[in-house]
Amino acid sequence: MNEEELDYQAGEGRGDNAIEAKETEGLSQGQIVWRKFTRHVGAMSALGVLLATALFAISAMGVGPIPGWWKYQDPEATHPMENGGAPSANHPFGQDNIGVDNFAAVMTGVKTSLLIMVLIGVTTLIVGVSVGALAGYYRGWLDNLLMRFTDLVITLPTLVIGAVLGVMVSKAPGKLGWSDESVQEVYRWMPVLLGIALGLILWPSLARLVRGEFLALREREFVDSARVAGASDLRIMLKHILPNSVGVIIVNVTLLMSSAVVLETALSFLGFGVRSPNISLGNLISTNQGAFATRPWLFWWPGLFIIIIALTVNFIGDGLRDAFDPRTKKIPSISKMRRSFAQFTKEQ
Amino acid sequence: MNPSVETSQAPRPSMGAALEGAVRLSRAVGGEVKRGDTVLEVRDLSVHFWVNNEWFAAATGVSYDLKAGEVLAIVGESGSGKSQSSMSLIGLLPPNGRATGSAKLKGVELIGLRGKQLREVRGNEIGMIFQEPMTALNPVYTVGFQIAETLRTHYVMAPSAAKARALELMKLVEIPEPEASYDKFPHQLSGGQRQRIMIAQALVCDPKLLIADEPTTALDVTVQAEILKLMRELRERVDAAIILITHDMGVVADMADRIIVMKDGLVVDHGTAEEIFHHPKHPYTKALLEAVPHLGASARERAAAAFSSSYVAGDEPVPLTPGDPGATAALLLEDVAIEYPASGGQKAFRAAKHINLRVDPGRVVGLVGESGSGKTTIGRAALALIPVVEGRLSVAGRVIADIAGGKSYRASNKELAPFRRDVGIVFQDPGSSLNPRLPIGESIGEPLFLHEHLRGKELSDKVEELLDSVELPRAMRNRYPHELSGGQRQRIGIARALALRPKLLIADEPTSALDVSVQARVLKLFADLQDEYGFACLFISHDLAVVEMLSSQIAVMKQGELVEVGPTFDIVNNPQHPYTQRLLAAVPVPDPEEQRRRREQRDAILEAFGVS
Repeated sequence: MNEEELDYQAGEGRGDNAIEAKETEGLSQGQIVWRKFTRHVGAMSALGVLLATALFAISAMGVGPIPGWWKYQDPEATHPMENGGAPSANHPFGQDNIGVDNFAAVMTGVKTSLLIMVLIGVTTLIVGVSVGALAGYYRGWLDNLLMRFTDLVITLPTLVIGAVLGVMVSKAPGKLGWSDESVQEVYRWMPVLLGIALGLILWPSLARLVRGEFLALREREFVDSARVAGASDLRIMLKHILPNSVGVIIVNVTLLMSSAVVLETALSFLGFGVRSPNISLGNLISTNQGAFATRPWLFWWPGLFIIIIALTVNFIGDGLRDAFDPRTKKIPSISKMRRSFAQFTKEQ
Repeated sequence: MNPSVETSQAPRPSMGAALEGAVRLSRAVGGEVKRGDTVLEVRDLSVHFWVNNEWFAAATGVSYDLKAGEVLAIVGESGSGKSQSSMSLIGLLPPNGRATGSAKLKGVELIGLRGKQLREVRGNEIGMIFQEPMTALNPVYTVGFQIAETLRTHYVMAPSAAKARALELMKLVEIPEPEASYDKFPHQLSGGQRQRIMIAQALVCDPKLLIADEPTTALDVTVQAEILKLMRELRERVDAAIILITHDMGVVADMADRIIVMKDGLVVDHGTAEEIFHHPKHPYTKALLEAVPHLGASARERAAAAFSSSYVAGDEPVPLTPGDPGATAALLLEDVAIEYPASGGQKAFRAAKHINLRVDPGRVVGLVGESGSGKTTIGRAALALIPVVEGRLSVAGRVIADIAGGKSYRASNKELAPFRRDVGIVFQDPGSSLNPRLPIGESIGEPLFLHEHLRGKELSDKVEELLDSVELPRAMRNRYPHELSGGQRQRIGIARALALRPKLLIADEPTSALDVSVQARVLKLFADLQDEYGFACLFISHDLAVVEMLSSQIAVMKQGELVEVGPTFDIVNNPQHPYTQRLLAAVPVPDPEEQRRRREQRDAILEAFGVS
């Protein structure tokens, strides 16, 4: 390209709103979102803390066959009492009344709770986005059908459903006459089942939001433009509309995941969620509620981790919301602006 | 109480009877003004914005004087700083903006005013007319309340007195049935009436200075002419100085005493309307004047011959014009009616009926009309985006719909696939017609990807070829739409529409969102491409001057029906239908003398048909 052409291009670029152009110079939308997100101090520190927590817990207790670095890998094994069960060098989080290492238990609980949180997020994402996208894109009878179904699911009280399912699962083996081995297998997969089941109850709010987004976006001209170009419905949905609603989806799934952590805790605390031999943070609190006065560390450590997980995920969601919303612009600090303007006018 | 309270002076003869006896809360800055007094002195006014830790100049070194009763037009493209320099006068800059220099309203410095003093100036001494009346008026309050609100902020007066004053103003701006309109909400009024309400609101406290920021840009050409007429009359009746911010040289020719031309934040030309229009000094001013499509340009090229537009008096639909013999029309509509299907509680809406229209291969047919006349509807129906409910529609010999005399045939989605190859569309707003999440190279290549199944290198070569043809650098293919300027985006829109070399192109107001000089370049490109590719085109626009430049035939639409179809030259120079005449007379022309002549002509036409 010769210089003349370059000048020509530069000339046309000025025509548009130059200030806006300057703000977004050479950045893709993804880059803008990423930049806004990385400048959000709260969200970035929350992300750091959450990742560190997850890494710490997973590396301590290991994944599947890979053992972790913590010396007591079995969270149910009893050990000789040290320091009367209070936190000591060997047992930094203390021990319970029969000598179980609380650190191993809490770390296993963190792992379980994180697993359930992610499962709930993924299930909600898949079901909510599919239902919302189909309803919003096709409208008409399909929309009516899917949305009335959504209304129905919304009316289900989550806690009660969770409790009923919990009881059914615990009673099923006896009724069906399963062998002990298969019962053990079912118990081992309990957290996974619980995560998916909760996800299947929690998707309606996401579906409604996605439907709204699709209803608005399908009227945009670039959708017509794609249709004129000959794109199929599926292509329009996946390639053109979905990427444009990704902000709403990510933000809401994140916020939903933070409330899911608390929900799992509540269910487990009531005895309907994760049960022994599995360990989750909620079920640790539930088991140890009697020890609140005598061995408070059994209560406080899982509680602290619940707060850390729920808070950090919430912060990340907030940061994402700010990053994806084009209307939130960081207003520069007044004093910094004033100083720089004084200097600027002096220079002139 | 407040020491600054003083009873208002004797009202000026033209208006203000209702203000008599009201106690003024806000000080009148610098005393009363008479016609010819200098109201505003602006010296070395600069506006800077704090962007990415850097001060960015939006306007620098703006200086001018303004007398009462005078109209100053500030002209420039978007981003030239014309709005920001005027907004800084009433402290309406965004938080990251700073104004320096001096602007004195009757000797009182406006730059740096804050709090109460600033509020006393706003609305009271300086009135503001915004571009978009629908968003500038609050939808939950009645328009009467909103006029009275400004009044009661600055005066201690009884609600009844405020209402009387508001009604007086509503009469002044010629709102029909002011008493009934007082209690209406903004959405119950038409666009033109809303803009009148905004003007009334700006005038309610008898301001010394009126700032009108693109007051007619959002309006139809006929409504624009009415608002301009009103503003011209107000000049005679109100003593305020007026700053008119616009990019339309035609509007300027109609109104301005003096003109400032701005480019990239700098004043490049400053002079009386006479000087600017007839002896522009700066090359940019010349370029700007040349870029404005000038209605009636074709008259100079061809001598008047026999006029032959097809216009039928009475209610009969306009018949089909005879096409080129032997050629299959690229687009053919025969007695077509188009409906927006019923959805939710709304009934189906018939947006166009009895349409007979032919576009021959290689020809450009202009479709003009006001907003809501159904021109876009026809374009969308031609692309099978909206169903035809009556009549016969065919594109390049392929029947899309044939519903007449008991027959009912509509092409299914599958049958439409080959049809999609033959048509393309360029949308009005290039910002919303490109997927913001796709790099533009991918947007351009999508039709090729879907229809010709091109992949990899082949596709990429073709995309580069298309970028070349719309005169954009190949390196741009990886950018996203928001990184491009409006003109560049519209070029992308054109490249995408032409990717499959369609037989028919629907251009739906492709340049109305662009600045004048950018519009000129895009139109030239469009004309060149039309020569090269030879596609037939239905060019939809509200701007008759643009349509005149490009098309060989013009079809005029009014309220869902075609009222006149004919060769461009005949329609522009000898319109038959009264509506066409009104439409043509309303187009402002960038030449003060000619514009004055046209204005008188227009008033005569309006009188003859008894409409206003």
